[in-house]
Amino acid sequence: MSTAAADTHLVEPAESPVTPESWGKLGMWNFLAGDAMSFGGLLAGYGALRYGDPNWPVPSTILGITLTAAMTFLLVCSSVTMVEALAGFKGGNQKKLRTFLALTILGGLIFLSLQAYEWTHLIEHGESIRKNNFGATFFILTGFHGMHVFSGVVYLSVILTRALLGKYEDPHNNEIEIAALYWHFVDLVWILVFTFVYLV
Amino acid sequence: MTTATHSPEELAREERRYFQIFGLLAVLTAVEVGVIYMPIPHFVIVTSLVLLAVIKASLVALYYMHLASEKTLLTWIALTPMILCVFLLLMLTPDLGAVTRMVTHALAGAPAAH
Repeated sequence: MSTAAADTHLVEPAESPVTPESWGKLGMWNFLAGDAMSFGGLLAGYGALRYGDPNWPVPSTILGITLTAAMTFLLVCSSVTMVEALAGFKGGNQKKLRTFLALTILGGLIFLSLQAYEWTHLIEHGESIRKNNFGATFFILTGFHGMHVFSGVVYLSVILTRALLGKYEDPHNNEIEIAALYWHFVDLVWILVFTFVYLV
Repeated sequence: MTTATHSPEELAREERRYFQIFGLLAVLTAVEVGVIYMPIPHFVIVTSLVLLAVIKASLVALYYMHLASEKTLLTWIALTPMILCVFLLLMLTPDLGAVTRMVTHALAGAPAAH
């Protein structure tokens, strides 16, 4: 054990050339780039299927645009509460950090509830993942995104628990900034999904 | 966001910026929803929507994810999947006979047959 511990101390971690604050941040960016490829692949597949089918329905005739516009607005709001949480942390204001983290999680939960409501409504009206390519691409894309929101809620809940335990007193800790990157990415992807799946 | 310590003025300026971006995103979302109901040609609607979405996504990446104040190399890492996706789309196009249909469509001046 002692030699292993000594070894880790002997190897001085080199500074990340891209993100000097931490390797973790570079790791998150690399993960997000890969994740963007997954979404890109799904969106490209959706585009190809839709373009190849002249009988593709107009999305706004089936999907509720008002509800999803509100969901988009909600997710953008949760991005703002996330940057506010980060600002609270940077300013050494723990209360602000915790309050805004909780609000961000709440935003994610409301988004998921609205999505559950939307899915239930659509399924009750005969839409399904097996009915046609419209249903398949719709449920896969929004489901894959919803899974990301759910993961984000879990991720931020862990961060909030750590904040409540007083783990973020050190201003050099950048766990919150890294978690924020993930959350903003989920918002960014929704902006694209909303446009391509609901509006176009 | 390369420094861990922030002066209150710096933080206040950052927060003001966050709210400006928020306002912009809210307005652009409203414009997007408005555009789909406008009596203009479909391709104009689609082009505007794609453009608006790209602007909104870039705003989030640049200001909320702080790409604007990071090293350029990080922006290239973030852009790599977008570039690959464009290639992916180009590779998918011939498989669907999309080009052929576009030509037929243009020649016939009417929606292409199934």
